[in-house]
Amino acid sequence: MTAGQRGQILALTGDPVLVGRLMEMGVLEGDEIELIGFAPLGDPLEIRLGDSRLSLRRREAAHVEVQLLS
Amino acid sequence: MTVSTSSSAASSATTRRLTVALLGNPNTGKTTLFNALCGLNHRVGNYPGVTVESRKGQLTCDGIAVELIDLPGTYSLAPRSPDEMVAVDIILGQQAGESRPDVVVCIVDASNLDRNLYLTTQALELGVPVVVALNMIDIAEEQGIQIDRATLSQRLGVPVIAIQANRKRGLAELRSAIAEAAGSGLPTNRVTFPAAFDREVERLTDAVGAEVPPFLVRRLLLDVGGYTERRLSERQGPILGQLLAQARQRLAEAGCPVPAVEARSRYGWIREITAAAVQRPAQRPVSWSDRLDRVLTHRLWGTLIFLVVMFLVFQSIYTWARPLMKLIDEGKTLLAESVAATLPAGPFTNLLVEGVIGGVGAVVIFLPQILILFAFIAVLEDCGYMARAAFLMDRLMSRCGLSGKSFIPLLSSVACAVPGILATRVIEDRRDRFATILVAPLMSCSARLPVYILLIGAFLTAGQPWWVPGVTMFAMYSLGLVLAPLVALLLKRTLLRGETPIFILEMPAYKWPSLIGVLHRVYDSATAFLVRAGTMILASMILVWVLLNFPAGDYHTRIAELDEQAKQAEGQEKEEKEQLSHQLQLELKRQSYLGQLGQAIEPVVRPLGWDWRIGVAALASFPAREVVVSTLGVLFELGPADTEEVVEKGGETELGKAIQAARWHDDPNRPLFTVPTALSLMVFFALCCQCVSTLAVIRRETRSWVWPAFTFVYMTTLAYVAALIVYQVGTWLGS
Repeated sequence: MTAGQRGQILALTGDPVLVGRLMEMGVLEGDEIELIGFAPLGDPLEIRLGDSRLSLRRREAAHVEVQLLS
Repeated sequence: MTVSTSSSAASSATTRRLTVALLGNPNTGKTTLFNALCGLNHRVGNYPGVTVESRKGQLTCDGIAVELIDLPGTYSLAPRSPDEMVAVDIILGQQAGESRPDVVVCIVDASNLDRNLYLTTQALELGVPVVVALNMIDIAEEQGIQIDRATLSQRLGVPVIAIQANRKRGLAELRSAIAEAAGSGLPTNRVTFPAAFDREVERLTDAVGAEVPPFLVRRLLLDVGGYTERRLSERQGPILGQLLAQARQRLAEAGCPVPAVEARSRYGWIREITAAAVQRPAQRPVSWSDRLDRVLTHRLWGTLIFLVVMFLVFQSIYTWARPLMKLIDEGKTLLAESVAATLPAGPFTNLLVEGVIGGVGAVVIFLPQILILFAFIAVLEDCGYMARAAFLMDRLMSRCGLSGKSFIPLLSSVACAVPGILATRVIEDRRDRFATILVAPLMSCSARLPVYILLIGAFLTAGQPWWVPGVTMFAMYSLGLVLAPLVALLLKRTLLRGETPIFILEMPAYKWPSLIGVLHRVYDSATAFLVRAGTMILASMILVWVLLNFPAGDYHTRIAELDEQAKQAEGQEKEEKEQLSHQLQLELKRQSYLGQLGQAIEPVVRPLGWDWRIGVAALASFPAREVVVSTLGVLFELGPADTEEVVEKGGETELGKAIQAARWHDDPNRPLFTVPTALSLMVFFALCCQCVSTLAVIRRETRSWVWPAFTFVYMTTLAYVAALIVYQVGTWLGS
């Protein structure tokens, strides 16, 4: 995904603790997600989910599978 | 005692006191609401074994006295650590020393309702009446979000009160709702979980026993490797782990895997409710917060603005605090002089003047820096910039095993480690927080400056190329900047080893900081420091004073007599008397306990290029490094030297000249201070933990004596080894 792109969350994979944390913050399968951009040093990144904006490291974001929406 | 109606509640107001817990996500205005309800009338609650604390305030709701507990902000009641367990234990009435809350007030952010209601749905299951305080309606309305409060209340099955905590609106209604909710029925509406899940909960209840609250049985099943499991395993043994694994396996097969089943069920329920109660525009409008964020997190502009903000914070701690610190110092001197003038001369007066007043002064002198730093931190956090600062710096800090949240505490430590360590409270992860606390004192704080200035002025200015003083000063500061991340990395790989904590950072909407909120924060941090660190600092100052002045013999009276004679004498006689008094003072320190210790350990400090006088000055500086200048003054027969004067004039002071002229006691032809000696002393001061305030604050923040002891030992060892290398290599290069 590049900055400004939107996608639909397909699945969350990996460590159940991480999946649990992401899901309680509102990262849910089927929802729309927008990549707002990256920090100046390339990591972490900022996403929008509904009304909230979250920052994740690439390491965590790699566990979120997304299908791009055009 | 139960109260069924509000009228009987009012009549029993004299006997009944309600306990109410305030629960909410971070950045929802929870603290603002607490302050609006309780004012300054609060105290801090500590719990054994954890580093979080809660604030407790008093208020009255419709004539009933209420104790309000401000629980730590959280997104979910899914405890993964003892720190996170505190909120659950308090609400369930399992926290020793706390009575079970009669009501839980959930504060929710109306502009981010779905995510905020997640925590509320958990609160509904705790078996306590719930009141929802709907905050930030104004921001929601700006974004075109309309909330039908009656529908929301009806669907949630609990009262929903609209408030604006920052403008103190809706508080009377909230108070009435709290009074009414106490003793009323428990919430009946709640999230419906899949039948398979409920069956597993029933099975598990049979296994662990009915005395475990239903909420915790559900947590046991949902939180893989969570704290509930760890706590109950101690009681139930390894069989529990097997039971849980089987139950989770069955749930996965039934199509509701843990932990996804919880979020799916809760958000499913929430969305049904908000679909009925909330109207939002089809197209999300671009808010000013979005536009601002584009600039503040921009690759170029964001970085530039960040650097400017950090420079302003740092510079103002440095410069604004200075006149205030000078004022405190002058006030202390004035008080000391007037006490010395009123009371008869003698050891008691000296103790009062140098030990007590000096000790109190050494505590209070930190206040300006603490106040200024915390005003900045409160503003940056209140307006939402703190999350952006962590976002911008995270990559850099992750290289040394920390996260972006450690950046501001470490940077603040360049001014003073005490507020820096207090500022680590924003770091949720315990290991990250401790690593940051332990390396913060390595940053070169402003109290090291007088030592650098004195020694650079005396030995590295005259006869050296013009750039030497600047480069030396830069090198001293760089030492901390380079070593702190390295030590942090080492700690995170050894003592504080563990999985990299999950980094999920909410980027809250920007808003104007509230003046009251900022003042509250500043007031809290100042009292926390004065009351809880101050006593220990004072005690240690007095102890070192006693060690440096006893056994006293008749020195004190003889010095006082000479000083008195010097006051009345003129010209050469005056100088002679002063000289004699200074010699006696040196004599007193030499035969004092600390002086004897200093002479005994001379073999230890000699490899650093120090004689016993430098050793004693270093020892006497352990409570507070800034006393080194005045101690050196006494030890080089000048009487106590003025630190301010040294900072302004450096090597040109009397003290600067005296240490240039000093010779070894066993070799009068050999100068005591050479460039390697000066460098070794500076490096020692740069790395050594000579600050009881810092140790007291570490003890307070880590709730343990182990960590301050560890910090002291590792820093002193590091300082000794580094000073040894500098002196030995320096001498070898010079020969």
